[in-house]
Amino acid sequence: MKLTLALAQINTHLGNVEANLEKHLKLAEEAKEMSADLVVFPELSLTGYVLQDLASAVAHRPTADDPIFSALLEASQNLDLVVGFVDEDQWHRFFIASAYLSRGQVVHVHHKVYLPTYGLFDEGRFFAWGDKVQAFDTRFGRMGILICEDFWHASPPYLLWLDGADILLFASASPGRGLGSEVQLESARWVEHINQAYASLFTSFVTHSNRVGYEDGLNFWGGSTAFDPNGNLIVKAPYYQETLTLVEIDLNQLHRTRSRLPLLRDERTALVLQELNRILINKRLDNQ
Amino acid sequence: MIDLTSEDSLTINPDLARSILTGFIRSEITRADFRHAVIGLSGGLDSTLSCYLAAEALGSDNVLAIRMPYQSSSPDSLDHAQLVIDILGVKSLTVPITEMVEPLFERFPESNQVRRGNIMARARMIILYDQSEAFHGLVIGTGNKTEILLGYTTLYGDSACAINPLGDLYKTQVRQLAGSMSLPEVILSKPPSADLWFGQTDEGELGFTYAEVDQLLYLLVDQRYSPEECVDKGFSKSFVSDVVNRIRRSHFKRVLPPIAKLSNRTVGYDFLYLRDWGT
Repeated sequence: MKLTLALAQINTHLGNVEANLEKHLKLAEEAKEMSADLVVFPELSLTGYVLQDLASAVAHRPTADDPIFSALLEASQNLDLVVGFVDEDQWHRFFIASAYLSRGQVVHVHHKVYLPTYGLFDEGRFFAWGDKVQAFDTRFGRMGILICEDFWHASPPYLLWLDGADILLFASASPGRGLGSEVQLESARWVEHINQAYASLFTSFVTHSNRVGYEDGLNFWGGSTAFDPNGNLIVKAPYYQETLTLVEIDLNQLHRTRSRLPLLRDERTALVLQELNRILINKRLDNQ
Repeated sequence: MIDLTSEDSLTINPDLARSILTGFIRSEITRADFRHAVIGLSGGLDSTLSCYLAAEALGSDNVLAIRMPYQSSSPDSLDHAQLVIDILGVKSLTVPITEMVEPLFERFPESNQVRRGNIMARARMIILYDQSEAFHGLVIGTGNKTEILLGYTTLYGDSACAINPLGDLYKTQVRQLAGSMSLPEVILSKPPSADLWFGQTDEGELGFTYAEVDQLLYLLVDQRYSPEECVDKGFSKSFVSDVVNRIRRSHFKRVLPPIAKLSNRTVGYDFLYLRDWGT
């Protein structure tokens, strides 16, 4: 089975959801015309990234009666969509979220579980921490979504792998930093390395949709990628340009790679759990 | 000899810097509903490079370069600025500041070089911001990371601007970027100077070279070395403590004036939006 995935590497209007929605619908249409089955937008693609006090003002519920999501759900009749937004739950907590929409339904919503609050980042000040890392079934197989800092930590991709995700969809609004003598920024190099490593270690497809553009002095570097279960780069979008990049995902590659390299089969989860328990208990004892 | 483990630590990829900075200028000017930029062009390296980047980002017709000589300014400065204007084909204006600042100098004949230098820098700011309105353009700052960190700048004078493309590049890196963009050799090779009085040079006034201080600042700021660790690396104790004190004492130049908090929501503390809000 094959699926054509489109990485929508876009710039966004900061805090203008209507304008961003328009761009989503336009690109979804373009992706459909190019025979894409699934289009993945970056982190906070409907709102922009450095929201600060705008966070509560741009929040939406991913439901059919929400004016923004009703339009997106309608678009999802043509092809599946992953969109980034601020989710406000019934207790008025605000999450950085990505939703998987398919055939008019919300299939899955991921809330970012790691909110960077250090250096140039201040997410923990404005957003609530997600508390679930779960894979989900789609019409193309089992997938998982992570948002930026989520995959700077090794455990969320690991959990999705064990939960059966064969395609890891990563979404970012990654501010570029670390100018040195290399052709790309340190932040870009780092993300590319770890994504390649995840694809190799988990013998899975790993796609990364990153945004472009600027917010005040911050630049977003783009360079969206997809790696196959052998850890090979199968597509890469240019840095700093808005693009819709299509890649064919040949799901049979999972069969071939995992026949050769049964890392998932041999993963000793009970051992991991046993040792994690020991480590956590020891830590607790140390702190007492 | 300074023992730096990675000698190329200040080395940048100039093409990448150029692409990010021209994109930054274009984005931040157009989303504020402007198309034009205004730059005070002294004929020095920083303002020349800023002018090159602005012309590349916006097109030469959309950049207004303003020469603002004082009667004692070096004639070379004026010539070098004209050379840049001719090469780039940007719009230009020459507004001498002598008539603006002389009455103040006469009113306070005792004022020293620092006061006079500040008055001149602020007179230039007035001209740039007036032309910002007349030309419907934003003022492009030309300050680099070295002078920002050392506070080697006049508050509300040369530091005043709408956007600051070079503010995260040390002088050494500015020089590298400028070299890659084929700036006139005469500008690349002359000693950096604010040209506020005859014979002034940055390095003479600061008491150290940019090459030295940039290595130290890179360790202190970018690599988060402690002052003691910098001394261990081979920098003299007095140099390190001089630079650390300069950074601390000049911090007021790098932040907005603090507002006394009274209400539940106060500008600067808990009223937080980017400037690009809504665009």
